[in-house]
Amino acid sequence: MADQARFAELAMPYMSALYSAALRMTRNPSDAEDLVQETYLRAYRGFGGFKDGTNLKAWLYKILTNTFINTYRAKKRRPEQTELDDVEDFYLYKRLGGLEAADAEETPETIVLDQIPESLVKEALEDLPEQFRMAVLLADVEGFSYKEIAEIMDVPIGTVMSRLHRGRKQLQKRLWNFAEERGLLPKAATGAAGAGG
Amino acid sequence: MDCEETIHQIYFYLDGELTSWRRQQITRHLDECPPCAHGFDFEIELRQVIASKCRDEVPLDLKRRIAEVLGEPLGEE
Repeated sequence: MADQARFAELAMPYMSALYSAALRMTRNPSDAEDLVQETYLRAYRGFGGFKDGTNLKAWLYKILTNTFINTYRAKKRRPEQTELDDVEDFYLYKRLGGLEAADAEETPETIVLDQIPESLVKEALEDLPEQFRMAVLLADVEGFSYKEIAEIMDVPIGTVMSRLHRGRKQLQKRLWNFAEERGLLPKAATGAAGAGG
Repeated sequence: MDCEETIHQIYFYLDGELTSWRRQQITRHLDECPPCAHGFDFEIELRQVIASKCRDEVPLDLKRRIAEVLGEPLGEE
């Protein structure tokens, strides 16, 4: 049983990560603030049930996820469309493969990645259907294991794996499409995409 | 292990969710196959870029609100 007096000290350091995750979930700064505040309130009240020595970050994310699902998903009038078209492996890498090396020190693909604006990465992630977005967010941004994600999202590990697999490929496709729409790709890359389909 | 199989397992490998025997097989393939190794490096880089570009600063007002609720004085960060 955890001591409620220590809650603030232990839980406050996760606020930045929780707020970033809340923004990706709600896609709205005002909702994200409310979601984080509500998460801290619920976690504070329920801290007696947190087992000392277990993963506090995962516990906080579970509360964040549940609060999001119960509060914000309920607002939606119709269920989210989760049909996704199939995307090949190494989607982004293959499309960037047409680039000429501008600098021998770094590969052209890596240079393009570094130059992608933050806003575009956030937008691409937020554009994924909710279930896939949550899985990718928890794994690739927050670094949770399959088992932890399964517990946070309350789904079997196999479901986590399949959502991650498809979600990551869809994210790559969106990154490519958004970068192309905004004219952020060098000409060689857009030419390669045309040739590769 | 061939290229197709390696690429198929690449995320499990990156996620650290494979048995050590499976890991060794993939590592061996990557050592011997530069195209797969490049693709693999790209996926690592991409993941780091995504993680580092998805961070947002917490609004001061929110920090204040939460600190108040928890009865914690702010300003010790």
